[in-house]
Amino acid sequence: MSDDSSVLRIVWIYPDLLSTYGDQGNALILRRRAEQRGIRTEVVYVYSSDPVPVEGDIYLLGGGEDRPQNLAAERLRSDGGLKRATERGAAVLAVCAGYQIIGESFGDDDDNPLPGVGILDIRSGRGETRAVGEIVAEVAPEVGGGTITGFENHQGRTALGPSARPLSRTLLGIGNDGSTEGAYQGNVLGTYLHGPALPRNPALADLLLSIRVGQLDPLPASWGERLHEERIAAVM
Amino acid sequence: MSELPLRAQLASALGKGAASLSRAARRGDGSVIGGRVALKVEPGLLGKLSRGRRLTLVSATNGKTTTTRLIASALRELGDIATNEHGANMPTGHITALAAKPEARNGVLETDEKYLPQVLEATSPAVVVLMNLSRDQMDRASEINLLAKKWRESLQKSEAHVVANADDPLVAWAGLGARHATWVSAGQRWKEDSWCCPDCGGHLKREPEPHWECPECGLARPEATWSVDNDADVVITPDGQRMKLDLGLPGGANRANAAIAMATAVTYGIHPKQSLPRLREIRSVAGRYTSVVTNGVEVRLLLAKNPAGWLESFAVLGPPRIPVILAVNAQIPDGKDTSWLWDVDYSVLGDRRVFVMGERRTDLALRLETDGVAFDVGDDVAGVVTRIKAEQPEITKVDVIANYTAFQQIRAAYGRVQ
Repeated sequence: MSDDSSVLRIVWIYPDLLSTYGDQGNALILRRRAEQRGIRTEVVYVYSSDPVPVEGDIYLLGGGEDRPQNLAAERLRSDGGLKRATERGAAVLAVCAGYQIIGESFGDDDDNPLPGVGILDIRSGRGETRAVGEIVAEVAPEVGGGTITGFENHQGRTALGPSARPLSRTLLGIGNDGSTEGAYQGNVLGTYLHGPALPRNPALADLLLSIRVGQLDPLPASWGERLHEERIAAVM
Repeated sequence: MSELPLRAQLASALGKGAASLSRAARRGDGSVIGGRVALKVEPGLLGKLSRGRRLTLVSATNGKTTTTRLIASALRELGDIATNEHGANMPTGHITALAAKPEARNGVLETDEKYLPQVLEATSPAVVVLMNLSRDQMDRASEINLLAKKWRESLQKSEAHVVANADDPLVAWAGLGARHATWVSAGQRWKEDSWCCPDCGGHLKREPEPHWECPECGLARPEATWSVDNDADVVITPDGQRMKLDLGLPGGANRANAAIAMATAVTYGIHPKQSLPRLREIRSVAGRYTSVVTNGVEVRLLLAKNPAGWLESFAVLGPPRIPVILAVNAQIPDGKDTSWLWDVDYSVLGDRRVFVMGERRTDLALRLETDGVAFDVGDDVAGVVTRIKAEQPEITKVDVIANYTAFQQIRAAYGRVQ
């Protein structure tokens, strides 16, 4: 990782364990939307055999099957880098299995609770049914408002503790529990919108960028904005 | 087969009737409806129809239909065979295929990955062919680690001889469950689903290619007796003989499929010298790799259903002056989730003219924009070709890569080309 502080460092945690379906999309969109504004970026891939650097700006965690999820949680806890990075003010977007991992605890295959990284005050377990399909939710006004669209594919159900706030209110789909979707706490965001959550939600990508680089110039609407509108229109 | 119990004979006859009706009504090729009717009458029919035959089951994420066709072609050396060549790869399709050829002693059945354990138990096949496992339609398919585990467990209970790809760790681990195996070094271009040990979850050491091993539990790639030299277009047989492939089907994936087909044919006593000429005759499979001529332009159809498939398709594209049309839908057979688009690297298309179409072309458009690939939007192949012809009259060839239902729509527009 470069030590040039004018470069925005996007850190993708464990692409070998936490990348089931298009998770790379989040890193690609952040990089593109930053570079369109003249912000230089570096995308750092951190594999599960490597230490997690603490000097990153935005950390991304993706989805994973049960066993990789357990392994990733174990390694992140013993490594400690992600937790130290958030204490330094880094932004985090964790998706699906990654969302569960950064919480206080999550359920294994038999729904026994396993300890998480503990940077988001949530507890996750397994639901009766799998939540699969399009999801649409209304983002809390404190984090910018607007609507988010995505695809969810998980069996988790997540309860928020007092330090975490719901990221959004579910209009279609399940999310945390059928009424709220995702959570945030300081600069840490988690969501069940699996895989490429940011390509479909350019405003959410800009929210993450602005945490680290301050106010951003708007970009002309392009395919991302069009996809956002199209998906909401298709399912609502 | 004529000694089938009466009920099974009736079931099989009713199924065949339904299949011909479906074809006559132009509703389909009859493969599914026929089997469905027959199964209602006799639930144990698949096992009964399999008895006394030497069957091969073929399963993988990609290349099932093509490899089934290659093996079928090789096995015809021994006479008539039963096979589900229309790609109806669940038990209903298997019943239709077997009932259609009651006298055929040999058969090869393409088998859906999820159904493999069930079909393995019902049919007691002589051979099971396993090629690759990678992420595919995750909104309705099982997690592939779980799938590999089920394959492994069902092979542990079976007498079948496995012919499998040693280079794909998930497939190899499943195949190692069998008592007897022939290992083929069939390659693995897409590696994103096999960084972890299928047995213990450790981070696999994956070099020098194609070797792989787990430093934690010691699981390692089984030694292959068959391999492919892609640069030389050669298959290397267990006795070290190098045979020029010279196939009618393009690309490295099909060289691997051919090596697997030849290895399978050997288990039936068919020498590679006899099988290879038969494999060379195949130039298209159910519309895949076929060409249609529209507006004086030769349009070649490539099917790609998931990231690994797209990667293989990019590898067989013509030179950069040949434009490519990408078509993506997200209907149930495609998977309703288009997230996989973000697992594919499209920047390799940057040096050619690209068009996007299909029901989810906006997803494709954003994906290409993000990779910095210039593109145009089209509605259908004919319209795009007309436009290319008007702007670049010198163009005589166009490639199309489409996912499942997008591919079938295009194929239907050209009269269900084979």
